[in-house]
Amino acid sequence: MANFDSGTSGGSRIVRRFRVITIIELSMLVVFAFLPLLLSVVWSADDSFFWIVFTTKVLILSLFGLSFDLVWGFGGMLSFGQALFFGGSGYVVAVLARDLDVSSAFIVIPLSVIVGLILALLLAAFLLVARKPPSLIFIALGSLTGAYAAERLARAWYYLGGQNGVSVTHPLTIGNIELYEGVGFYYLAFGFLFFVYLGCRFLVRSQFGLVLAGIRQQEERIKFFGYQVQTYKVIMFTLGGGIAGLAGGLYAFHEGFVWPTLMGPTYSTQAVLYVLFGGVGTLAGALIGVAAIEFATMFLADYFQNIWPIILGGLLLVVVVFRPTGLVGLLVSERERIGSFRWRGNKKEESGNE
Amino acid sequence: MALLEANGIRKVYGELTALDGAELTVESNQFHGLIGPNGSGKTTLLKCIAGAETVTAGTVWFMGDEITNNSAASRARSGMSLKFQITSVFDLLSVYDNVLLSLQADQPPWPLICSRTRRDLHSGVMNILQQFRLAAHADALAGELSHGQKQWLEIGMAMAPNPKLLLLDEPTAGMSPEERRVTGELLRPIKSTCSMLIVEHDLDFIKDMSDVITVLEQGRVLERGTPRHIESSERVQEVYVTRV
Ligand SMILES: Nc1ncnc2c1ncn2[C@@H]1O[C@H](COP(=O)(O)OP(=O)(O)O)[C@@H](O)[C@H]1O
Ligand SMILES: [Mg+2]
Repeated sequence: MANFDSGTSGGSRIVRRFRVITIIELSMLVVFAFLPLLLSVVWSADDSFFWIVFTTKVLILSLFGLSFDLVWGFGGMLSFGQALFFGGSGYVVAVLARDLDVSSAFIVIPLSVIVGLILALLLAAFLLVARKPPSLIFIALGSLTGAYAAERLARAWYYLGGQNGVSVTHPLTIGNIELYEGVGFYYLAFGFLFFVYLGCRFLVRSQFGLVLAGIRQQEERIKFFGYQVQTYKVIMFTLGGGIAGLAGGLYAFHEGFVWPTLMGPTYSTQAVLYVLFGGVGTLAGALIGVAAIEFATMFLADYFQNIWPIILGGLLLVVVVFRPTGLVGLLVSERERIGSFRWRGNKKEESGNE
Repeated sequence: MALLEANGIRKVYGELTALDGAELTVESNQFHGLIGPNGSGKTTLLKCIAGAETVTAGTVWFMGDEITNNSAASRARSGMSLKFQITSVFDLLSVYDNVLLSLQADQPPWPLICSRTRRDLHSGVMNILQQFRLAAHADALAGELSHGQKQWLEIGMAMAPNPKLLLLDEPTAGMSPEERRVTGELLRPIKSTCSMLIVEHDLDFIKDMSDVITVLEQGRVLERGTPRHIESSERVQEVYVTRV
């Protein structure tokens, strides 16, 4: 990693680190911000439309990946129930659109966040709030069970469309504007991802983020300072649920339907894979993981239809064995990954960008 | 009213009785030494006081309240601060952040999310770092410090929130004689601000620092009194001579 030593002060050496993460974030911001423009220059309208729809999906799934990263990479809880919040809120907005013709983004979006928050809070109350702190395995299995139960319920319940799921026939609307797949929806997803990312970045670099870093390193020790570790965990778990819910609401309207798998272990695992692959504990890693896996799946799944899951699993294993911190871990030192939380005068410590 | 009172503390691990009715009283602004041979239950008693272990029997009182069943976090919030025997600094955080983590612990989550006190706490963190000779290493990772420096960092972290009672478990373990001397110097001025319960098995280190010394032996109090009294106590001599 490149380090720049800049100056000495009071005999102490201040090391300013070249921020690789910031560069990754800025690059992603530029690419995603101008992608539709770029595509329309390079490709025909049809091809470019295909890619815009595909990247919109990547943006939405990035929110989903981000939500898992918050819970696992920062909150230290291995949740295999992330899809429960994602698919759960997708189902709620889909059913509302079907039965009550609700399609206004001003209702759909807040509602999907709230559904995610509530589901996660309920699960957190069950999994995290106990006299003894729950083990990693208990949280993993508990959340997995929740997701599995939800999927089974959706499959069996006629009202939720059973195996077929629920179609969302309305487009998402903002006032009079109808958002179909395409550039409009792309920028909507982009905007949400941008602001959610900024918010998460603010959170994980805050003094609160310092406590999370402490909890991840030595959960027992932290208690002797007086921190209520469970409160921190519940906050992160719930927040992760809210963001997964947002992603689910957007996904339902973008894909045009919801189906039982969306709530179950398959999608939960997908979130885990994104983040492990891209880089656990860095926000950028979650996005890179989603993009890498989704693009690879799209290109390679056609050629190696049957063995693709094996290839993906193998690749993942290689990354995780050699770099437990994922792809981002190849570029970023452990030190930069965890970061510094000190106050550095009036100069902004971090320049906030996606 | 004593600051801390531990009465009839028993702690049983399976077959083994680590504490067998130990008593301990710490007054305000008192330096209280806790000594005893290895395995006599010093660490266990400290853990029972701090809430790291639950007692099998007995009561712990702090500032007039019974805290026997309170969580470690709630004891910390009421003004107890602990330095573990095994160094447990946060290796992957900077030295600065280690201290900040301790210093900001009295705040609820929301102000921490907004980083409201990051700026105000800066001088407090730097003071602690200066006091414990770590200012030059503020940006180093705690894991990169020498063993002695880690001990100092831990003492600094325990001191940072201005506790009413500081519990130190073998602060000089593994230190060179020179580092021990410095540690003594670092601890002495603390007396004006808080009480301290300091565990050592080395009588020499704490005898000129402590007001009162309690000697543990096999989970029981063997002797208690001024350093002078302890030094001349035959019972203590016996234990220490037979040990060496
Ligand atoms: N977690 C534990 N489980 C079982 N035995 C323990 C445990 N902790 C301490 N002990 C035993 O309790 C006794 C007192 O230990 P300790 O308090 O660490 O002694 P000291 O700190 O005075 O050296 C020892 O015999 C030790 O082996
Ligand atoms: Mg001990």
